[in-house]
Amino acid sequence: MDRTELLAPFERLLESACTPAVVRAIEAGGDAATLWDAIEASGFLDALVPEAQGGAGLALADMAPILIACGRFAVPLPVGDTIAARHLLALRGETPPPGPIRLTGGHAEAAAVGALPAARAQEIRVDGDTPSLHLAALVRAAAIAGGAQRLLDASLAYANERVQFGKPIGRQQALQQQLAVMAEQTVAARIAVEIACAAGLPLSLAPAATAKIVTSTAAPSIAATAHAVHGAIGISAEHDLHLYTRRLLAWRMEHGSEGWWEARLGTERLAANVGSVDWVRAAVTG
Amino acid sequence: MFETFTFHSLPPEDEALRPAIRVLAEEAAASLGADQRARSWQGFDAAFSRKLGEAGFLGLTLPRDYGGGERGPFARFVVVEELLTLGAPVAAHWIADRQSAPLILNFGSEEQRRHYLPRICRGEIFFCIGMSEPGSGSDLASVRTRAERTASGWRLNGQKIWTTNAHRADYMIALVRTSGTAADRHGGLSQLIVDLKAPGVTVRPIEDLAGDAHFAEVFFEDAALPDDALIGTEDEGWKQVTAELAFERSGPERIYSSIILLDAWIAHLQKQGSVGEASLRLAGNFTARLATLRAMSIACTALLAQGESPVVEASLVKDLGTSFEQELPAAIANDLAARPDVPVDAELRRALFYVAHIAPSFSLRGGTREILRGIIARGLGLR
Repeated sequence: MDRTELLAPFERLLESACTPAVVRAIEAGGDAATLWDAIEASGFLDALVPEAQGGAGLALADMAPILIACGRFAVPLPVGDTIAARHLLALRGETPPPGPIRLTGGHAEAAAVGALPAARAQEIRVDGDTPSLHLAALVRAAAIAGGAQRLLDASLAYANERVQFGKPIGRQQALQQQLAVMAEQTVAARIAVEIACAAGLPLSLAPAATAKIVTSTAAPSIAATAHAVHGAIGISAEHDLHLYTRRLLAWRMEHGSEGWWEARLGTERLAANVGSVDWVRAAVTG
Repeated sequence: MFETFTFHSLPPEDEALRPAIRVLAEEAAASLGADQRARSWQGFDAAFSRKLGEAGFLGLTLPRDYGGGERGPFARFVVVEELLTLGAPVAAHWIADRQSAPLILNFGSEEQRRHYLPRICRGEIFFCIGMSEPGSGSDLASVRTRAERTASGWRLNGQKIWTTNAHRADYMIALVRTSGTAADRHGGLSQLIVDLKAPGVTVRPIEDLAGDAHFAEVFFEDAALPDDALIGTEDEGWKQVTAELAFERSGPERIYSSIILLDAWIAHLQKQGSVGEASLRLAGNFTARLATLRAMSIACTALLAQGESPVVEASLVKDLGTSFEQELPAAIANDLAARPDVPVDAELRRALFYVAHIAPSFSLRGGTREILRGIIARGLGLR
C-alpha cells in the first residue's frame, strides 16, 4: 500500500477537524463528538480489524503514518488506542463497544493523572508482558514520533522568524547545533516506530521495546529544545507549544517509560548467546 | 521532513551473501583478540583483502566490465556489516572499495576506469584520501597544496596530514588547488590521483595515542604527475568531494566502531549468575539504539540504491551513530567498575581501554560532529 495514498485523506481530515483550537476546546470539556464522528466516518478505526470481521484488514506496517499523525495533530481522543483495541477485541471474536476506547493499565495510570484530561471512553486494561501491552506501547511511541515532528516544524519556523541581534536566531550556531540534534532524534523516533510497525501483529516484545525506548528517551529532550528555541512565548498558556510538549512528557510515561522497557529488552537480549547485530536482525527487524 | 528516508528490509538476494562472507570474516578474525578486532576498519591485512577480492567481495557495486560484482548498495551493506561486526581486518581495501572506486567510476575517464578499477576489485591496489592539511581541517576548502600544469602533466607541491593508511597505500586521491587562491573557496579545486611511489612524494607515519600508526603525513616537493592524474573536471573538485563524502559518511562503519566491545561486554554479563537492573537496562538501551541506527543506516543505503546522494541523511546517521559508539565505552566502563566484586577478564579490559581511548576520533574522522550538525542545519533551512 502506498503510504501517502493512505495518509493524505487522514491528514486532511485532522488538518481541518483537529485544529489547536479544537484540541483546546475538547480538553476544556467541550464537544468531542463532532471530531469523533468525523474520525469514525473515515473508517480508520477499523483499519486493523480483519476484513472477514468487517474491518479494512490493513497490515500494521501500513499504519505507521496514521498512528504518527495522531501525535502530530495532538488528537485529544484515544484514536490510536481505539484502533488497537478494536483489533485486540476482534482477535477474541468480541464486538467492540461504540465510541472511544482507552487502553489502560498500571503503566498508563501514572501519567494520565494530571497530564491529559481523561476523555469519556470505555476502558480496556492491558497488563503484563503481552502483545496487547506491546501494541499499546507502540501507539504511544508513534504519538511521540508525531508530536516530535510537529515540535521540530514549529521550532524551525520560529527560529527563522524570530530576530535577535539583528538576525534570525536560527542563524546562530548554538541554536543550529541544538536543532540538528532535535532533527536527529525526531527522525530516529519515526524510524524506531517504523521498525516496530514492520514487525507486524501480534507484536512481540523486542520491536515494541525498541520503539518505546527510542521515542521515550528522546521525548523530554525534544520538548526541552522546542522550549529553548521558543523562549518565553512558549511558556505562555496562549501559545500552542504546550499542547504538544505536555503530551510528549505524558506519553513517555504511559505504558512504560524507557527504563521499564530497557530492563525487559535487556533481559531478552542477554538470554541469547549470539552477537548483537544477529540478535537485532532476528528479534527486532526480522 | 526526510519523507524518503524510511525503514527498508534488506532484499533477500543480498541477505543471501551473508553466510559466505561470514565464513571468510570469521576465519580472518579467529586468531585476533577482542582488542585487535575492536580496531575494526583500522586493522590492516593485505592478504585478507586479496582473498576478499578473489571471492568477489570487493567492488561489489561496480559493473562487471570493470571487475565488479554489478550488485547494488544493499549487497555491499551486508558484506561490510559482516566484516565489521566480526572485527575482520579490512583497512587495506577499505577506502578504495568505499569511496575511491565509486569516485573513479563516476568521474573518471574510460582509460582511468580500466586502469584502476579491476585491480581495486582484485584487492591488489589500495587507496588513501588526501583531504586534511596542517592548516585545513574542518575548513577543507582552504587547502593550499597546489598542482600546476606542466608540458607533460602536473607539478605538485604541498602537504597532507592525518591521512589514513597513506604509508601502506599505493595511491592517494588528493584534493588540491589548481587555480585561484584560498579566497576562491570552492572554486579552483581539483582531485588528482597521486602515485605515492612517485619521486617527490614522502610519506611519514604518525603514531596515534593507542600506539598504532594508522595515519600519516605526506609531503609533495615538485612531484611530477602525468596528465591523466586529474580525475573528473579541473577546478570542480569540490562537487566531486561532496559526493564522495556522502559515500564516506553513510556506511555502517559509523555505527559499529564499538560493536566488538559491546559483544564482549554482553558475553561478560552472560557469564554472571545474576545481572543487576542497571546492567539489564544498559543492555536494553544499547540494543534498542543499535536496532534503530542499523535501520537508519539501511535507510541511507536505500537512498544510495535509488541513485540519490544522501548528504544530510548520512550526516544525521553519522552524528547519532558516533555518539552511540562513544557512549558505549563510557557506559561499559561505569558498569564494570560499579561491580568491583565481579572479575573482568584481561581481553575485555584491553578492548575497553582501547575503544575508550580512541573513541574521541570517531566524531573527528570523516567530518567533525560540529561540521555535520552544520550540514544538517543547512538541510533544515537554517542557513
